[in-house]
Amino acid sequence: MKKKLLLMIPLLVFFVLAGFFIVGLNRNPREIPSPLIGKAAPAFALPDLNAPEKIVEIKDFKGQVWLLNVWASWCVSCREEHPLLVEFAKTHDVTIVGLNYKDKAADGKAWLRQFGNPYVVSVMDADGRVGIDYGVYGVPETFLIDRQGVIQYKQIGAITDQALSEIILPKIKELKR
Amino acid sequence: MIPEIGQFALILAALLMMVQGTLPLMGAAKGISAWMVLSRRTAQGAFFFMALAMGCLIYSFIVNDFSVLNVASNSNTKLPLVYRIAASWGSHEGSIMIWVFMLGLWSCAVSIFSKHLPEEMVARVLGVMGLVGTGLLLFLLLTSNPFERIFPVPAEGRDLNPLLQDPGMVLHPPMLYMGYVGFSVAFAFAVSALLGGRLDATWARWSRPWTTLAWCFLTLGILIGSWWAYYELGWGGWWFWDPVENASLMPWLVGTALMHSLAVTEKRGTFKVWTVLLAICTFSLSLLGTFLVRSGVLTSVHAFATDPRRGMFILVLLGLVIGGSLLLFAFRAPKVGTGGTFKIVSRESALLANNLLLTVACGTVLLGTLYPLFLDALKLGKISVGPPYFEAVFVPLMVPTVFLMGVGAVARWKEAALPDLWARLRWALAVTLIVAIALPFILGRTSPMSVALLALGFALALWIITSAATGFLDRIKYVEGSFAAKLARQPRSYWGMFAAHLGVAVFIIGVTVVKGFEAERDVRMTPGDSVSVGGYSFRFEGTTDREGPNYMASRGTFELSKDDKAIRKLYPEKRKYFQFGMPMTEAAIDSGVFGDRYVSMGEPINDGKQSWSIRVYHKPFVTWIWAGCILMTLGGLLALSDRRYRVNMRRDVGLEKA
Repeated sequence: MKKKLLLMIPLLVFFVLAGFFIVGLNRNPREIPSPLIGKAAPAFALPDLNAPEKIVEIKDFKGQVWLLNVWASWCVSCREEHPLLVEFAKTHDVTIVGLNYKDKAADGKAWLRQFGNPYVVSVMDADGRVGIDYGVYGVPETFLIDRQGVIQYKQIGAITDQALSEIILPKIKELKR
Repeated sequence: MIPEIGQFALILAALLMMVQGTLPLMGAAKGISAWMVLSRRTAQGAFFFMALAMGCLIYSFIVNDFSVLNVASNSNTKLPLVYRIAASWGSHEGSIMIWVFMLGLWSCAVSIFSKHLPEEMVARVLGVMGLVGTGLLLFLLLTSNPFERIFPVPAEGRDLNPLLQDPGMVLHPPMLYMGYVGFSVAFAFAVSALLGGRLDATWARWSRPWTTLAWCFLTLGILIGSWWAYYELGWGGWWFWDPVENASLMPWLVGTALMHSLAVTEKRGTFKVWTVLLAICTFSLSLLGTFLVRSGVLTSVHAFATDPRRGMFILVLLGLVIGGSLLLFAFRAPKVGTGGTFKIVSRESALLANNLLLTVACGTVLLGTLYPLFLDALKLGKISVGPPYFEAVFVPLMVPTVFLMGVGAVARWKEAALPDLWARLRWALAVTLIVAIALPFILGRTSPMSVALLALGFALALWIITSAATGFLDRIKYVEGSFAAKLARQPRSYWGMFAAHLGVAVFIIGVTVVKGFEAERDVRMTPGDSVSVGGYSFRFEGTTDREGPNYMASRGTFELSKDDKAIRKLYPEKRKYFQFGMPMTEAAIDSGVFGDRYVSMGEPINDGKQSWSIRVYHKPFVTWIWAGCILMTLGGLLALSDRRYRVNMRRDVGLEKA
């Protein structure tokens, strides 16, 4: 009997590991401070998701306090944060720009139709090159950018209610003053 | 057209793998030989289609077919041909693709070189490999299709990650995957032994060469990876304890234990349960490595932003393969039996202790690698585990391992007498201790800490060498004839062990000397400046611009000299690849038997004098680290070529028929 139990140990160890992996898969190991904070937001000129012939540039948002939200239709955590963003966009006067990261235009559009569109505009970063400039590790990520175009805050992973009300909103208020 | 053929070939390969993974296994269970014989043909067929698919993928890269998403994301019209080919396995899709291709290759090899095996065993082994292959092929087809098309077709591709545009990276993934996947053969043998309840010395003899070969590939793969990191990352380090490196080290450690355990099972018919468990663990760790790299569950320089669905898929696959085989192990292992007995002081105990030490070492690496994940999952904060942890736990474990390695190679099987061992090894021990303690002082070190570390390293290396020499003298003592004849009488498997163990010694010398004597300088240099390190002087002569196929480079010219005698010029580069913003550093290295002189360029300094920040290193004996790995690999290959495998195999055929 004792021997039987002994032979079970490898299996049990594996189960424990697998449990951690399941939890780990849903968490972001990269929540580390971004070196970009306090620096000018990298420039981009990307096509509008809904009107690809129109090129949106970063200077279009100069003088505003705005959020750049990196999202993708294939991203599971984006679904988690999306309702919050939609609600936030309705109730607050904040420009939210979407960076549709490594996605297909059709998928992206369908996704916005299904889950709502909080963005004033979404730009297509199909090959993820702008994402590299912004040091995007994983999707979603959100950048808060001030009137001078300087990144003030970076949220890695899904935006939570708490992060929104306790960090992002006070910062926005402060920057708008 | 070609990508579609590749896609269809993949689907056909998956279907054949499904047959390979089901009917032969059922046939073996029910004793239906018509189902069992399917295993060989399906394995060969699946490999044919996988090779076809691989060919189609490589072709798409060679002709730069940007309508294939994978090509468009990883190739470029300016990318040189050899890197276009390497780009075929540079992406996520491509690396999974080459993974299953390798699995097909190994199972095809098993189907060809298994003529002497009982039909039932072949059916089970290939069946298990078929099941694993089916899982991976489904993963490939369902979540990571390498042939996915895009429309509109981009005019230009995004180019291969510049870090991967390097000769080392052309070879590293195939070698590493050959190793990872090669352990699936040992795994399949272990599982089929559990299924069939047959586990004896012949079983061990069959799985041994496959395991050794896979281990050789893995050793080479890790070596190339480490060498690549050394010169390409420009930090001068050769091992970073990065999660992905650890992912390859873990199967290596347990695979090493498995190789030795198999030797005991073959020679003495014991350690059976342990061998089976090691075989399962080695392949499980290979799969785990794939999971860790491909799921994005850990942060690493190698990991790329990934789709969590993929992570979930691999995790489920992992659960089925590892969980299933361990479950089987828990219930069937008692049937396998334990085998012969041995005394506390014997070669068996030394090997068993070493296997345990290697396994524990692997456990500590696993713990360190996953610790950030554990803490994060338990919401205890985010941390990262660095080299200090690994060095603090790994080195103390390796000290007894290396000590026992010397003893084990000399001790007799079954029962060794301590006084006898002492009599045989005392000279080796004396030489080791005296030289190891004297050497640091001779080399001019006096501070206690540095002397202690150097002496420890030298002692370990010398112990391996002297005990191997003792063992060698013992072996030839009773052999008749001249010295040359005595040498010739030793089997190749012995020379294999000898070479591999010496390889460990060479490796340890490399690590010890580099750690103890390396020197680096981080300086700002204006053309005309000189900096000296480790007795060598580097004179900066300025930079010129150079255009590569897909990058622009600032190339520095350095004159390396010693004692005012010029040795050679070195040309490190700072490259800017057109498709990427990140500048890449190409170090220039003057490599020699006794070490490297290494210079890499940092950033240009805006002072109007064309100054640069420059890093120079002197790395004595660093080449020995890799030379040691090559010796280990050669040792494995020598052991593989031992004639007793061939002779015994023939004898088995005779027995089977009798």
